[in-house]
Order: sequence, then C-alpha cells, then structure tokens
Amino acid sequence: MTIIRAGLTLLFLLATLSSSGAGEADLRGIIAKFATAKGFSEIGAVVHELAAAGDPAVERPLAALADGNLYVRKVDSLVFVGKEAGEGVQLLDPLNGEASGEAAKNDITKIKVNNTLRRVIRDALGTLTLGAKDPAGRIAAADTMFKTPDAANIGPLDTAIASESVASVKALLEQARAASVLVSDRPEADKLAVIALIGARGDRDAVSLLTSVEANSADAVKQAATAAIGNINSTLAFWDAGQNIWYGISLGSVLLLAAIGLAITFGVMGVINMAHGEMVMLGAYTTFVVQQVIRTSFPDLFDWSLVIALPLAFLVSALVGLIIERGVIRFLYGRPLETLLATWGVSLILQQAVRSIFGPTNQEVGNPSWMSGSFNIGQLAITWNRLWILVFALTVFAVLLYVMKRTPWGLQMRAVTANRRMAASMGIRTPWVDALTFALGSGIAGIAGVALSQIDNVSPNLGRGYIIDSFMVVVFGGVGNLWGTLVGAFSLGIVNKFLEPYAGAVLGKIVVLVLIILFIQKRPRGLFALKGRAVEA
Amino acid sequence: MRGNFSTITKIFSASVVAAGLLFAAPAKAADDTIKVGILHSLSGTMAISETTLKDAMLMLIDEQNAKGGLLGKKLEAVVVDPASNWPLFAEKARELISKDKVAAVFGCWTSVSRKSVLPVFSELDNILFYPVQYEGEESERNVFYTGAAPNQQAIPAVDYLMSEDGGSVKRWVLEGTDYVYPRTTNKILEAYLKAKGVAAEDIMVNYTPFGFSDWQTEVSAIKKFGSAGKKTAVVSTVNGDANVPFYKELGNQGIKAEDIPVMAFSVGEEELAGLDTAPLVGHLAAWNYFESVDTPENKKFIADWHKFIKNDKRTTNDPMEAHYIGFNMWVKAVEKAGTTDPDKVIDAMIGVSVPNLTGGYSTMMPNHHITKPVLIGEIQADGQFETVSRTQGLVMGDEWSDYLPDSKDLISDWRAPLSCGNFNVATGKCGGKGTN
Repeated sequence: MTIIRAGLTLLFLLATLSSSGAGEADLRGIIAKFATAKGFSEIGAVVHELAAAGDPAVERPLAALADGNLYVRKVDSLVFVGKEAGEGVQLLDPLNGEASGEAAKNDITKIKVNNTLRRVIRDALGTLTLGAKDPAGRIAAADTMFKTPDAANIGPLDTAIASESVASVKALLEQARAASVLVSDRPEADKLAVIALIGARGDRDAVSLLTSVEANSADAVKQAATAAIGNINSTLAFWDAGQNIWYGISLGSVLLLAAIGLAITFGVMGVINMAHGEMVMLGAYTTFVVQQVIRTSFPDLFDWSLVIALPLAFLVSALVGLIIERGVIRFLYGRPLETLLATWGVSLILQQAVRSIFGPTNQEVGNPSWMSGSFNIGQLAITWNRLWILVFALTVFAVLLYVMKRTPWGLQMRAVTANRRMAASMGIRTPWVDALTFALGSGIAGIAGVALSQIDNVSPNLGRGYIIDSFMVVVFGGVGNLWGTLVGAFSLGIVNKFLEPYAGAVLGKIVVLVLIILFIQKRPRGLFALKGRAVEA
Repeated sequence: MRGNFSTITKIFSASVVAAGLLFAAPAKAADDTIKVGILHSLSGTMAISETTLKDAMLMLIDEQNAKGGLLGKKLEAVVVDPASNWPLFAEKARELISKDKVAAVFGCWTSVSRKSVLPVFSELDNILFYPVQYEGEESERNVFYTGAAPNQQAIPAVDYLMSEDGGSVKRWVLEGTDYVYPRTTNKILEAYLKAKGVAAEDIMVNYTPFGFSDWQTEVSAIKKFGSAGKKTAVVSTVNGDANVPFYKELGNQGIKAEDIPVMAFSVGEEELAGLDTAPLVGHLAAWNYFESVDTPENKKFIADWHKFIKNDKRTTNDPMEAHYIGFNMWVKAVEKAGTTDPDKVIDAMIGVSVPNLTGGYSTMMPNHHITKPVLIGEIQADGQFETVSRTQGLVMGDEWSDYLPDSKDLISDWRAPLSCGNFNVATGKCGGKGTN
C-alpha cells in the first residue's frame, strides 16, 4: 500500500513538475522515501542515498532534517520543510523552497532525528559544500572531512585542492585529504608521506586521528604515528600550561568582580556585609528584567541589553544598599558581631523577597551575540564571554581606583576611614560619607551581577556562591587596599586553576582555603596591609 | 545603647513576621478532613526544585477534593517549610505526624533529607512518598519510592549510548557533584561498564563541589579525554544549580552533541528553563517522563497544571509525575483499606496499579519501588525533550544494585511473612547492609 502511495506521489510530482529536469524528479523520489522510512537507520539510509545524488539542491531538505524541520503531511504522505507560523506550520517545498500552504500541527508528523543521524547529515553536507563559493563553506567542509575521514573523499578532495586559490583553505583541504589517505588502503609510502602533514596540524583532532591510525596499522606507519603523537603532545603540554594561566586569570576576574564591592564596604568601611552577595543577585535580576522588556518591546536592541542594564543595576543595588545602611547598619558601627547577624538577616529577607516576586526557578538571561562562542590563539581556546568579563573587571577596577584617589569624594572617604573624628572636625559630614560609600560598594556589586549573569545561574541563590570567595579575596589581599584585592583575586584564581587538574575541584578548593589560613597566620593583615590610625585603633 | 538594641529587636521581629507571612501554612483543621503533609523546602537552596512539587501536590489534592474527596471526607494539605536544612526536615516531619496528625507525607528531594527523616517515620509509623530519582541501596517499610532507582534511569541510559542508535560509545566520562547520589550511581555505573568490557583507562570519573560555577578546566579535560580516537560520551550526575554554567561552558567551548554527547540524570525541563538551549540541541537526558510525551493523560495534566499555577510557561517534570503516581496510589490504597491508618495502608499499597502519564500503568512492587518505562530524550531548541528511545515495556525498580559486591545478594519484600527490607539470599537472613 505504502509503495503504491509513494509511487503515486512520484507520478503526481512528475506530472506537476514536468517542466523541471529528470534529476529533480529523482531527488523528489528519494525525498518521498522519508515518509515511509521507519527508525533512525532507515532514515539514515535515505540520507545517504540523497547525498550520493551529489546535487547541491539536497542541502535544503538535509539541513531542514538536521534542524528537525522536515515534516510529513499525514493526509497524502508528502514531505515538506516546515516553518513555525503562529499556531500552525507554514509548509515549503523541500527542493525549491516555494510556499506550499499551511497545516495545523496535528496534521503533520515531524521526521525525528538523533545525534547519530545529525552526524550523518553533517558529513553528507560537508562533502556537498566542498565546492561552495564562500571560503567559510569550504573550510567547514574540510573540517568535517578531516574529522570523519573516508577513502571515498580522496577523489573530490584532489579536484578541490587543484582548483583552490586561497592558501589557508588549501592547507586545510590537504590535511583532510591526508586524513582520508590514512584510513584508505593505499600503500604504506603514501601514508608515511602524509603523517607529517597531520602532525603539523598539531591539535587535538590530529591526536585523535593519529591514535586510531596507531591502533589500526603496523610497522613504519605505526611508528611514524607514535612519533607524531609524541611531538604534538609535547607542544600541547606547553599550550595546556598557557590554558591554565588563562583559566586562572578568567576565574580571577570573576573573583575580582565579586569582591571589589566588598573591598569598599568591608575593606574601607569595616562593615561585615553578609548581604553583599544579594547585591550581586539584584544586579543579575535587573539584567533579567531589562532583557525581558527588550525582548517584548525592542527586540532590535538585544545586543545592547547588557550596556543598558549596567547603570540600572548600579542604581538598583546602590539604592538598596543606601536603605540598608540608613535603616540598619548605621546603628551598628563598631559592633561587628551584630552587623554580621543583622546583614545576614537582611540577606535572607532579600533572597526570599526575590523568590516571592520572580519565583524560585532559574531565569534565563541570554548572551548577546558578541559574548557567545570562542576563538583560538594557537591551541588556546578563548571564549568571548570570559574575555569581556576580564576587560570589564579591569575597567571597573580602574574607574573605582580613580574615584578613590582623584576625586574629592574619594578623598573624604579615605579621610573618614583614616581618622573619623579628625575628619568630622574638618567639616566632613561623616554619616553621609558612610551612606554614600556603602551605596557605592553595593552599586559596584550590582554591576558585577550584570557580568556574572552571563556565566552563572540567575536564581535567588546566586549571591550565596560568591560571598565566601569575596571575603577570602578581600582578607587575603589586605583589608582596605584596592590593589590588594586585585592581586588577591588573580593569585587565588591562578593557584586554584593550577591545582584543579591535579587535585580535582573539590580538593583544590580545600587546599586553597588551607593555604589562605596559613598565610593569614603569618600576615594577619593580608598581602598589602593598610597603615593608619583606624587599623591601630 | 537602648535605642540601638531595640532597633535590632525590631529588625529581627520584622524579619520573623515577614518570614511567617511568606511561609504561612494552613494550621486550623476540622475533624471531618483527612490531612496530607507536604514536606518540601520553600526557601533555601533546594527551593528552586521543591517549590514546584509543593504546588503540584496542592493541585492534586484540589482535584481529588473536586472529585468528592476520599472516604467521604475532604483532603486538607498541611504545608511546612524545612528550608533546605536537613535536621529541620526531621523536626518538621515529627511536627506533621505528632501535632498535625497527617495520614501520609509527600516530600523530600535530596537523599540526605530523606535519610534524616527515616527514623522519624519508622518511630511514629507514618508513610513517606519520595518522588525523586535516587541512588537506591535502601528499602524502608514506611517509605514508598516513586522516583527512579538506578536501574530505571542510569543503566538504560548507558545501554542506549552503547547501542548503535546512541552512537556506539566506547569511552566514558562520569561527571558528578560531590555527594551521595552521584558517588553511588557512578560506582554502580563503573562496575556495570567494566562488566560490559570497558577498560579502566576508558573511564574518567570527576567530581565538583555543590553549586560549582567555573567549569573551564573540567570542560577542557573532557575535550582532551574525548580526543583519543574513540567515541566518547559524558554521563552527568551534576546537581541542579551547577548545570547551567556547565552547559554554558560546553556551548562556548564548542562541544557539540554529535561529537561528545552529555547524558544527564538531573537535568529536566525545569532546569532548562533558565537556559538558551539552541547550542545544546542533541544533548541527552534519561527520565521516566518528559513533558513532550504525547498522551491524552499528559495533555490533561499539563493543561490542569497551567490552569492551577496560572502561568502557561511553567513546565512539568519527572518528579511531578512521580507525585502524581504516588498520590493516586495512596488514594487507591486508602480506598482499598477503607481507612487511613498507616499500618493498613502500607499493606494495601503493594500491588496497587494506577495510570502514569506516559500511556501505561505503574504498579507498586513488594520492595516499595514502582514499575516505570525509561525514556531517553534529546534536548530541543525550544527547551523540551524529544524521546529518541523508550524501553520495551516497564522496568521494575531494583533497590539493591546487582552490580555492587555488597548489595548484590540483598532483596527486599515487605509482604508477610518475609517483611524485610534487606534480606540476604546468600545467608538466608534478614539484615546486613542497610540496617540503619
């Protein structure tokens, strides 16, 4: 029955599209088989058949299948590319993309794909895009063919290499060809000749390929592969060290961001502020709200959402900080234990308030396009979001340093810290300096929340994860010294990341804590001790 | 001094009042109601997962009341907040049973909270329904486990990855959060993989702390481990909060599901709600229920849930289905026993069979675990899972793993005359491991 129906479909297609060539009719015949294929292996067979036709036109249906957008209409078993349009699905012709009406979701069946099938499609598409005009398409093709080498690829690759004009693409194509030669049954001499090419690539994919070659061949080829792996691994060990330093710097920048607000409230003012983490959380939630508004009202501005969120997060957190200072902390100056308890209570109230307003679940904060993905320097993969967070942390630090050292407000702040009574005698309104300093520290924590929303959960518990680390950084770096916070954050980050590969994340953290405790025993005031009356008192 | 002190008092009393308002629970009760205890954290770290279950229970109780209640009486929910604090779980459980006189309790999420309430339930002889997938190695008379045991989730998931459809995986990364569930599950999986002929150097086990957020080193280690020329997969028992940064880092470092798929046991629709899932399409999860399962029962459940919670975007998840099954089983057992007396209900529970949401029936077995289908799903761009594999028929929960040397001889059967949670078939005695 199904065969008859498929045949009828084919006839119908032939009749309606009599003007198009026979090749297209063949393709349509193959595509129609999707409607009757059962299970992933049968669908995979149809994909192979379609790819073997070698027509670039099959890119549309295959790409749609990989994205889960290929549908079968239940009533007549015709295959369409679907595009969601409101309640229903807009149907497009699988080959030429012409609109072919609409269907309700219940009237069509999605053709299911899984990872294995997606990989088959990716490989098939890779071969097809080898002749693409855009160099990026050819690079992608070379890349897939390198990762899934196949002796059958040698022919097409030879043709492509001969006509390739861009040197960098040509090198990639040659590597892909070398990979295909290695898995083919060509003579040993050919294989030995290309191992050097793969070795020169020097990345993990090359190691992966050579390891399987090493396991599957004998004598000279095996030895050459082993030697090449050894070479690559020694180079990679060097890059690994670089990677660890980068990870350390990146973790350090996160620690710096989280701690820098505390460096003011705890470091400069001496307030043990357990609600500091919640200021970070408020900043992250402000980002979420800003993105919600942008998504619904101004979708074009999405890439700017973080920039818009920054001042707002600063204001929100600073305002809450000001209220806490005026409402609670100013009554408790000089009594650290009570401050600790009261701010702890405030932190619980803030968490529960956010939980009641936004719900207990994580909120989605999107990454703008300029913060997604990664790029390579040699074998070092650097993700954009980490890089921007580093730049941002250093900028915040520089601005804060300027405010503290070069503005009248900063001068007053430092005067109050150094000697409160003297400062008051000189006409500085110390209560207001206290309030504004606390608001500044809280506001900085708020903008840290904007950055941290990009790499962490936006949930009411966000702040909990950072409070301990922040105190560690400030105490280690030296209370009251911004430079200490900077050095403390980066050294803790790097030490942590160097320990992690050897000791594991759990033990690594414990070792760092023990080291800090020992260090504080030796130098109770941290790396950079502040000299002044306030500390002596 | 006095002024300052009274301020502190004021702040504290204000926060207490605020807290009281937030966690307000119905306390007054009439005699013609049957009380049902709900023991889920509504504040603290676990609130993120447990609050939803509290709401699901309230909905189920509402629906039962609309159907005319139970034994001619109305059901009344008693909600308490153990605040993600393990000892407080035991205190609150005692309060529910002794003070509120509830007929059964639905609650707990983490294994440590369950372990902390166990002595209370056996001492005061009440019933606990535990709705979350867990590490097994336990069977208590007073507890009914409606979540998955390892053989209802972890083992079929690994089987799928080993199969041709799953990509014939040869190399394994077992990545977990450092606590009891991942450690036990990974121990079982390691023994299972080795029994299947996987070499020790093809298994990498790694643990990270709770709430871990800096995954750079771990993800690059996975990348490195995966470049040995063999198909590699990650089996993740990473817990709740740490998942979002983990998946973000996977996406950023460009690890695609086609190359190194991640199979997760603790990531459901709820966790994905906080994520942009486009870079994660194809990563996997193993559960006994997905929101996307297309059955009339599930459609009705989702519609009811949206109506109850007044939000069309709220997702449903596996532990909610477990409560759905557990609650319906309890209702049926109470009707069968004709009373809510826990002793009689515990006996009546065994053999009770109710529809689940994936188009079949789940039955309570003598070991207090239930039968369920196992589904493997791939993450889709819309944050839902698409089922790519489903076990033939139902899988019975196995409380004592066959792959661990010290539990393979143990069985559990709570029917008379055996009535034992850890019967050793080798020695023919009740007792041994798990007598805690």
